[in-house]
Amino acid sequence: MPFIPHTEEDIAEMLASIGAKSIEDLFDEIPKELVSGKLTGVPAGLSELEITRLMMERANKDGFYQNYIGAGAYEHHIPAAVWQITTRGEFYSSYTPYQAEASQGTLQLLYEYQSMMASLTGMDVSNASMYDGATALAEAALMAVRSHKTSRKILIPKTVHPIYRQVVRAIVSNQKIEVVELPYDTKTGQADLAAISKTDYGDFAALVIPQPNFFGVLEQVDELTDWAHSKNSFAIGVVNPTALAMLTPPGEWGSKGADIAVGEGQPLGIPLSSGGPYFGFMACKNELVRQMPGRIIGRTTDLDGKEGFVLTLQAREQHIRRSKATSNICTNQGLMVTAATIYMSLIGPEGLRRIAAQSHASTLELVEQLEKISGVKRTFSTAAFHETALTLPKPTADVLAKLKQKGILGGFDLGAHYPELGNALLVCVTETKTAADLQNYAAALKQVLA
Amino acid sequence: MLIFEHSRKGRRNYSQSPATPASKSAIPQNLLRKSKVLLPEVSEMDTVRHFTRLSQKNFSIDTEFYPLGSCTMKYNPRACNSLAMLPQFLSRHPSAPEDTGQGFLACMYELQEILKSVTGMAGVSLTPMAGAQGELIGVMMIRAYHESRGDFARTEIIVPDAAHGTNPATAVMCGFKVVEIATDKDGNVDLDALKAAVGPQTAGLMLTNPSTLGVFEKNVAEMSRVVHEAGGLLYYDGANLNAVLGKVKPGDMGFDVIHINLHKTFSTPHGGGGPGSAPVGVAERLLPFMPIPIVAKEGDSYRWVTEKDKPQSIGRLSAHMGNAGVLLRAYIYVRLLGMQGMHRISEFATLNANYLMAELRKAGFEIAYPNRRASHEFIVTMKDIKDKTGVTAMNLAKRLLDKGYHAPTTYFPLLVPECLLIEPAETESKETLDAFVVSMKEILQEIESQPDMVKGAPHTMSVRKLDDVKAARELDLAWKPSA
Repeated sequence: MPFIPHTEEDIAEMLASIGAKSIEDLFDEIPKELVSGKLTGVPAGLSELEITRLMMERANKDGFYQNYIGAGAYEHHIPAAVWQITTRGEFYSSYTPYQAEASQGTLQLLYEYQSMMASLTGMDVSNASMYDGATALAEAALMAVRSHKTSRKILIPKTVHPIYRQVVRAIVSNQKIEVVELPYDTKTGQADLAAISKTDYGDFAALVIPQPNFFGVLEQVDELTDWAHSKNSFAIGVVNPTALAMLTPPGEWGSKGADIAVGEGQPLGIPLSSGGPYFGFMACKNELVRQMPGRIIGRTTDLDGKEGFVLTLQAREQHIRRSKATSNICTNQGLMVTAATIYMSLIGPEGLRRIAAQSHASTLELVEQLEKISGVKRTFSTAAFHETALTLPKPTADVLAKLKQKGILGGFDLGAHYPELGNALLVCVTETKTAADLQNYAAALKQVLA
Repeated sequence: MLIFEHSRKGRRNYSQSPATPASKSAIPQNLLRKSKVLLPEVSEMDTVRHFTRLSQKNFSIDTEFYPLGSCTMKYNPRACNSLAMLPQFLSRHPSAPEDTGQGFLACMYELQEILKSVTGMAGVSLTPMAGAQGELIGVMMIRAYHESRGDFARTEIIVPDAAHGTNPATAVMCGFKVVEIATDKDGNVDLDALKAAVGPQTAGLMLTNPSTLGVFEKNVAEMSRVVHEAGGLLYYDGANLNAVLGKVKPGDMGFDVIHINLHKTFSTPHGGGGPGSAPVGVAERLLPFMPIPIVAKEGDSYRWVTEKDKPQSIGRLSAHMGNAGVLLRAYIYVRLLGMQGMHRISEFATLNANYLMAELRKAGFEIAYPNRRASHEFIVTMKDIKDKTGVTAMNLAKRLLDKGYHAPTTYFPLLVPECLLIEPAETESKETLDAFVVSMKEILQEIESQPDMVKGAPHTMSVRKLDDVKAARELDLAWKPSA
């Protein structure tokens, strides 16, 4: 019996203690008419050897590719120690740290994580994580509306990840919050500041500012932040954590800094793994901390005055406040944040800066090589971080299909979400690609387009 | 000691980042970061040592028994982790074409089908990233269903007072008003209260069965009839599915939508607080509203179901497809257990709970619902003990930590005073349960002989009782270097 230790003798003794004749008796409070038969939809059990063979077969079927897709999930080197430590049973199989004295490992680690994220984003405080980048943005929108008092409107430029916009809409529309999408300039690939600042959007709770944006393009974050503040609205930054090692963090945008920073934490040591589990990060200014959803860890002292860590500000949360909670969120992405904290410690400030700089430089290098191919040009004129949109002389889907035959996943097809851009391809390069890899990609694309 | 206190300026792990800083850059000066990033500068060995030592300050399933009610802390098989972490699975980009992920998608499709069949639902979507998100998605589908019929008057969700806090919080997050109904003395929902509460304003009822009181809701069929006749839908909080798996299916009990906490019934790791994963299942009439993506099988190949296939979908609730790696772990677990193993989950969870309840009753503890069978969990109330000695449920919980056991869930559900919600789970042996009873008896004696010692527990952890009030008043949420 897999994972059940009971011997026949145990079962007999236990039933005797209970005063029941059989295990079946223990279910006698379930009305007879509801009782179902065997679970015939479940195949017979496999041994560990058999399931290993099955999963290896399926993994081998999926194989390996040279990956140049980014679009919200980024391939980076992950030090071996990250997941070896993260999957130690004491992290992997521990519960939410409600019993603080028996969870100091997790609690201290989360405090260290909060400290690192607060610094990386340039904000005062961070929570202990959200589900993913998209839901973190939705929660930031709800938080801004709760804090703003007079408006239930959120402005989001079309340069924000298209799926993030869908997720935000799906979540906030339940609370009758209006989402207004802002135009972008098809030449620069940036939110169209000139057009936006001339439009009267009425009273709004927050402006969302991506950096870099979905096209990889760098936005005019200072101007956008100051514009939002001039309208008595909050500025919410959506940022890539790797890029923050190089780029001005949201806390320093404009004259006062953004109010809330969120993003996808996956680049910090989390494998791509078909989309999850990842984690979303959320940080904010001190003034907003009581409106922040999710778990927050604080440093305190014990009866002897010794330093220790606890979940704090729990009066915001569903298990205390029930229907009056800031959010229904219960979990954080504990194990993912464990990995991210170990990753950031191993990589350090200089390492993260080098990874960011190398990703940026290699993207420039690849784009330069690809631009030499006839008919390939950059879609936008503005500087980008580690992703760049390219306009191709042939349909993007066809080009990607042919590159795939050469073992290359050439990028993300922008056509479905941005049909106005024509045959546009979003290419991402990180520090994982060598000069030879880039030459190989350029040669393959040249062949495909020939 | 914090990781930051191990830091020394200029220390670096040379093998973990590019050997030379890249010089090529097109980033305008005004966008470049000027402030320092306060990440620690520590060696690889010091990092490994620091986090290994931190891990050793945790209780975990791999090291301790967790009789933690409502949380289902059971063994997380190691094979589920190692096989979900095969390099091909880890390196697959979420936007990679479907034909490069047929192995992965096959696992997802089969998991959907298995979950459908064990719950008796017509469709399953794997996207929700945690129980609370599964609830949100479920309630969103209830709203979408009513609105698709032009029925905008249904503004209320009914929730029993014993429910998890996420239930009312979810209903509010979805824009509904919460109507709480009472529980009777045997732990069943008060049927008369339910009948009085339903009406044309009722969007639905959220119910956990077995309830958080650890008993099977006997009137579930009648409740289903009452809510459906009023035009409302039934939501099943699958938190306690492990108690009835293979005995009764939520679909057969009349539920229209359910979520299944994979980190409970299907033994994916709790990971110190996440990631969770909570697929939603729906009855026929909610199929058009399911969240995407879903995996479809056509011939021998698998593909994503998208907006095009389901134009009435409530949409997407994650950037990609939910917690794929957690879903893989659940799939592997289900295949290891197979049909018989799935039946044994509920059978042995129930056997362990009823045995432990019987033994604790014999040891002198008061059972909150003594005339009911325990489901997979049960409640001990410490009210009398507190009245006599001043020792609280929380004191006993903390003293258990000293004995090497994680504390049971305390003060939940809220309607039983001084309660301990105890769930042993099916993977614990009789010896472990017996040893736990011995420790509980010892604590009873300690409460008599040295109550102040019990009140001051824990005594053997890395820290003593922590000052929560100070933590909330003098907020210290991030380390700052001393000036």
